[in-house]
Amino acid sequence: MIRLRPTLRRLVVTTAAAGLLALAGCSTPEVPEDSAGGATLVVATAGESDTLNPVLNYGVDGASLIFDGLVARDAGNRLVPGLAAELPTVSPDGRTVTAKLRDGVLFHDGGELTASDVAFTYQAVLDPKVDSTLRSDLDMVESITAPDPATVVFRLRYPYAPFLQRLTLGVVPAKLLTGQDINKAEFNRKPVGTGPYRVESWTPGDRLVLTANERYFGGRPANDRVVVAFVEDDNVRAQRMRAGEFDAAELPPKLAAGFAPDGAYRVEQVPTADYRGVMLPMGNPVLADVAIRRALSLAVDRAAMVAGILGGSGDPAFGPVPPTSEFAEPSIAGKPTADPTAATALLDAAGWTPGPDGVRVKNGRPARFTLMYPASDTLRKDLALAVTADAKKVGIEVAPEGLTWDAIDPRMKSDALLMGYGTPYDPDFVTYKLYHSRFAGQGYFNPGSYRSPVADQALQEGRDQADPARRKAAYATFQKQIAADVPWLFLTYLRHSYVLKSSVQGVSPRVEAHEHGVANSLWWNIDTWTRS
Amino acid sequence: MTTTAPPRRRSGRLAGAAVVVRRRLLVAVPVLVATSVGMFALGAASPVDPAKQYAGAAAFTTSEENLAQIRANWGVDDPLPVQYLRWIGNLLRGDLGWSTSRHEPVTSVLAARAGWTLLLIGVTLAVVLLASLLLGALAAYRRGGLFDRGLRAAAYAVESMPVFWIGLAAIAVFALALGWFPAGGLTDVTATGTSWSDVAHHLILPVAVLAISQAPWFLLFVRDAVAESLRDDHVLAARARGLPGRTVLFGHALRTALLPFLTLVGTHLPELVGGAVLVETVFSLPGLGAVTVEAALGSDFPLLAAITLVTTAVVLTANLAADLAYAAADPRVRLDG
Repeated sequence: MIRLRPTLRRLVVTTAAAGLLALAGCSTPEVPEDSAGGATLVVATAGESDTLNPVLNYGVDGASLIFDGLVARDAGNRLVPGLAAELPTVSPDGRTVTAKLRDGVLFHDGGELTASDVAFTYQAVLDPKVDSTLRSDLDMVESITAPDPATVVFRLRYPYAPFLQRLTLGVVPAKLLTGQDINKAEFNRKPVGTGPYRVESWTPGDRLVLTANERYFGGRPANDRVVVAFVEDDNVRAQRMRAGEFDAAELPPKLAAGFAPDGAYRVEQVPTADYRGVMLPMGNPVLADVAIRRALSLAVDRAAMVAGILGGSGDPAFGPVPPTSEFAEPSIAGKPTADPTAATALLDAAGWTPGPDGVRVKNGRPARFTLMYPASDTLRKDLALAVTADAKKVGIEVAPEGLTWDAIDPRMKSDALLMGYGTPYDPDFVTYKLYHSRFAGQGYFNPGSYRSPVADQALQEGRDQADPARRKAAYATFQKQIAADVPWLFLTYLRHSYVLKSSVQGVSPRVEAHEHGVANSLWWNIDTWTRS
Repeated sequence: MTTTAPPRRRSGRLAGAAVVVRRRLLVAVPVLVATSVGMFALGAASPVDPAKQYAGAAAFTTSEENLAQIRANWGVDDPLPVQYLRWIGNLLRGDLGWSTSRHEPVTSVLAARAGWTLLLIGVTLAVVLLASLLLGALAAYRRGGLFDRGLRAAAYAVESMPVFWIGLAAIAVFALALGWFPAGGLTDVTATGTSWSDVAHHLILPVAVLAISQAPWFLLFVRDAVAESLRDDHVLAARARGLPGRTVLFGHALRTALLPFLTLVGTHLPELVGGAVLVETVFSLPGLGAVTVEAALGSDFPLLAAITLVTTAVVLTANLAADLAYAAADPRVRLDG
């Protein structure tokens, strides 16, 4: 043992020395490279795209930072000209849309933008060989032509009033993609666009580095570089935000709330058009009774769901058109809290009488149904459990069941399902396919087979009529019909929460869609952000 | 083993190495084939639709024809044997296929990511082995002493902590409270390139966390094995001859204890890989961990098959290396037997 001592002593000395070395290495002062006026902004998100090619679904609703569409959206989500010199014009029959391009717009590689690039982009989306899911949204397009280098003409199969809203898709340079397999092109990782930033590097799973496009037609960005850090885990993102690595980060409401008391940070709660609700299939014998559906809508406590489950980061939902939309019909909004008295009165009047075990019965059939939710989605699970508890209070028994999507799919015709949808741009998007009888029972479109001639006609009119006033009237009729028929039990609209450093200036939140990552997040206008 | 001259004895010990390597290679081929067939069979049993997975949230707004078209482009609706033969054919031509979840060739996914995972695992393994051999031997030498008891208590405590918890705790202390190390990422978020010093600085915490979480198993094993061999005749004899304690411990006792340890390192490798996946997630490192999970969830056969094959090959190689090392370390073991 005495002989071991030198070894031990040596060990202690070397360990200490190594420790000191390590410490010395770490304490090397790190000078921020951007000390010259906040030239680099860092934002963090969980939403990494698989590709950076708009044809393959990157930033199709605009604000993609790297690309521009023919049109763009301002802070109020109103359409403004993008690559088009002014908003495209629609012919009187509604089937020809003509866009004139801006002069002298250059791609990041110096190539000049022409109408053939625009035509190429849309033709690529429509090409069946290209694995683009966007094709479903552009099924009204018959042809795209470029009669001269500054003009693009879209020919539609049928008049489609909100067509201009589909023109936010980023335009890619035809020269770099012609003759290539677009699904596998190098371009998808190293894209070239016209947008305010060009891609310097992308390390999937780590970060995307963007540098200012000096020749951007909308003016050079106010900052030199933008880094988008991809951090999948919410807790890790919060900790790195806390460590000061990011200027802005997308965080779940409860984690974001932790930053609110700290003066160095600011929390933004951004309204969205993303709603959660229960799809009530007409193929279920209990749910087929409109009295049950209406009673459910009266029985649920939406205010409690927003406060308890969403931590205040949401709004009660009463229909598929978000209250922030100009097409929203205010009269359909009910009480945000539960109204069990009205619900029980309605059930009593419809002949659903309380049974011995507290569950109501009509003609020997108990008021009982299964409510499915995707098991991996904790928000939907919490909402399903809240619906179950609220329904029980009025004598309707709900059996919540967490499943995977492949187990859910075949049962959607007969079992209720907690779903989510919504887009802030036009009430026709998504909604037409979700509630029109033509799409009854087609996959995730109208899986509950809701059929209403009134709703069908209103949806069709909203699509056919170009006049905004007539569209508004059509969607008012539609929303009232949905509120009366309750094919869905609408619960809440979500809010997206973000944490920002207080020093960041120029942030202008706008109503967001479900998808938000590099594109279409709080940083949609990051090219105008500055740091004080 | 008795009177042969040292150089000849050494070459004699590894005399059968070439035969063993050849034999192992012959066994490896059916093992790899069986693994890949199993992979494809499991994939076929998976009900997940790769086209819906690919579409993500857009799956809910995409028409059935649109999704069917994408499936047809990929050939994922073909019968399984057809898909398997196509995959094998491409593999023999050096093409690992196209990753449907990552939208890039499988080879570039592996090239971009495997290096970081291997670096993490390699450095961690070296640290764990060195630390556990040293500390385990010392603990065994003073069995029941304060150092031994303290080390064992710490080992049991760490063994019961989930690795992601250790990771988050390490971030909270060393990155947030003390500010010594970055909280995650491979390089500084605003860095202009990938410099080695920057990466090394970012890897200190992940390596330390992974090493600490994996160390107890190795440490306790070394401690017990050395404690055992300290009671062996040849060690007692060495002590009786009056050799210094250090020589007895590291030259005699540890050397005997090392033998089973070598084999066990090989078999413990998969657990180290599993820990690395979690550490990569906590420290947001762009390694293979996250893509493996994504590939499994998205029924991305080509990527899963490649990762499985590479992992199987690494484990087979590790086992072979362990056996060869065993033969080199123990004169009683003969490879040509």
